[in-house]
Amino acid sequence: MIELVSNTRCIACGQCVSACPTRVFDISPSGIPVIARQDDCQTCFMCELYCPVDALFVSPHDHPVEAPAESVLVESGLLGSYRKQVGWGKGRTPGAANDQSYLMFKAMQKTPGH
Amino acid sequence: MGNAAIQSDVERIADVLVIGGGPAGTWAALTAAAQGASVVLVDKGYCGTSGATAPSGTGVWYVEPTEEQQEAAMKSREALGGYLADRGWMKRVLNQTYANMNDLALAGYPYSLDDEGQSYRRSLQGPEYMRLMRKRVKKAGVIIMDHSPALELLADEHGVGGASGVRTETGETWTVKAGAVVIASGGCAFLSKALGCNVLTGDGYLIAAEAGASLSGMEFSNAYGISPTFATVTKTAFYTWATFYYEDGSIIEGAGSQQGRSVIAHTLKTQPVYARLDRATEEMQRWMRAAQPNFFLPFDRLGIDPFTQMFPVTLRLEGTVRGTGGIHLIDESCASAVPGLYAAGDAATRQFICGGFTGGGSHNAAWAMSSGYWAGEAASAYATGLGSRSDRRELKGVSAQGSVSALASTDDVSEWVAAVKREVEPFDINLFRTEATLNQSLGRLNSLWRKVQHALAANAADAVRLREAQAMTATARWMYASALARRESRGMHKRLDYPGTDDAQHYRILTGGLNEVWVKPEAALHRTTEVHER
Repeated sequence: MIELVSNTRCIACGQCVSACPTRVFDISPSGIPVIARQDDCQTCFMCELYCPVDALFVSPHDHPVEAPAESVLVESGLLGSYRKQVGWGKGRTPGAANDQSYLMFKAMQKTPGH
Repeated sequence: MGNAAIQSDVERIADVLVIGGGPAGTWAALTAAAQGASVVLVDKGYCGTSGATAPSGTGVWYVEPTEEQQEAAMKSREALGGYLADRGWMKRVLNQTYANMNDLALAGYPYSLDDEGQSYRRSLQGPEYMRLMRKRVKKAGVIIMDHSPALELLADEHGVGGASGVRTETGETWTVKAGAVVIASGGCAFLSKALGCNVLTGDGYLIAAEAGASLSGMEFSNAYGISPTFATVTKTAFYTWATFYYEDGSIIEGAGSQQGRSVIAHTLKTQPVYARLDRATEEMQRWMRAAQPNFFLPFDRLGIDPFTQMFPVTLRLEGTVRGTGGIHLIDESCASAVPGLYAAGDAATRQFICGGFTGGGSHNAAWAMSSGYWAGEAASAYATGLGSRSDRRELKGVSAQGSVSALASTDDVSEWVAAVKREVEPFDINLFRTEATLNQSLGRLNSLWRKVQHALAANAADAVRLREAQAMTATARWMYASALARRESRGMHKRLDYPGTDDAQHYRILTGGLNEVWVKPEAALHRTTEVHER
């Protein structure tokens, strides 16, 4: 579930507010989104992908947890890690271009039951 | 609502209204716009991130268009599906999918290259695919309304002519009058939090049924996906390389991602089940990571190595999203039985290509882009054929919502949602089916329906949730009424009291109705070889 909107990173672009399919965020008077309806978060990670400055952290748990502090997330490289893997953002190559499903499926066809 | 005159904060007129902005909806919008139709697309969430495809990755049933390869592709799943699929539909889907996937390349989808340097077109990355589809839809001049769930269809004596709903950001109401409507709002996963599925609550089934459409294949609605207990990522295919364990580390014999899912379910009833992807070679591990980064996200974030460490798994209900039931189609244009109403993707029945067993992501992806394409094309032609007098139609909302005006509180709605989940999530009702348990559950669901059907919500947010509760209740009733009618086991529908497949029941089952649910078997089908020679 969504656990963090980094106030220091957020540029108040509102992308996450729009992109969240279950409308978890509201915009605060300052323009910075707030997590208004965490219970509605379906842990799909899409907001992280649409955040241009890696200001969001979605914990992998499907229920609220005590998430690591922002400094720890930065330190461990987890803040923005998914966007990096998917290859979104300036100067990156889309992960789709490196999709190696063909090797996987080729091997799968040799597995009994496929 | 109901029969009240239509008056909304936002009013639009279009040739075609598409409800749902996932793969099927975006292909429908794109195709309709390409025919010259004016198109409005409404999405309950955000077109580009909504639904099961966007947050995931999917294989696609993309097959070289040679007789031999198509034949092999069609044959491969027929037995699993209980021979309820149709060769004619399968062939059309194979051809259309081939064309659409190649069209995506022209539109700029960055396919990877295989080891022979060929563009590999048998899989799609959800975020990339759906971002591109949104861009294409907008470029085609389609008006997208995000966060705008449809709450009911509008109709007159000639058929469906639009829909109305709310904008969840503002609470404003909207009405779109349209010559034809395409329902592409996905299946129903009963808010199980299977990846991306919480917007998929059967809303399209409900509004279609209110307009008089029927459904088919609703007994094939008990798909459960494997996911880590703590996370939402359901990617059952990856568990091909898993071994399943009891807590003490001993192996659970017979447990598997394919046929062995019921062993997992049985075990989960009494104790936790663990998995470890210890059958993947080192190179396979690399390919898996490159193929589906989202699968590894929960593990990486928790510091678990799924290849070497055991982790607890569960089965999440994917309902009709990975099942094959949905709105029944009466012809190859993806028309429903109601004039002006079309259905595509998971909102429509997928029995024609999958029979009674999920074809997995690849068949669903192929079906979504093909049926979306045809529905968009046909809806556009239908709307154009209506002529210039169509904007003077006297349309009315067709739902019974609020007609008795029993005000429902937020707590009431939450309780109703929980009540439906108690009927559809337990393995002992939905997976291991018997006459007695299905009957008891259907009785409780019928009582629940009487409570939810006339309720009225106090505000826009509650109205959406209330409709979800109604849609899920109705969906569950169609599922179990159909499951009771099929007194055999076929495809994913397993009856403990009728474990065998009965040749006399080699037919598809239609269902529908709201206050009274009805079920009707279609005429018996011929065996696949005969169908092929027809």
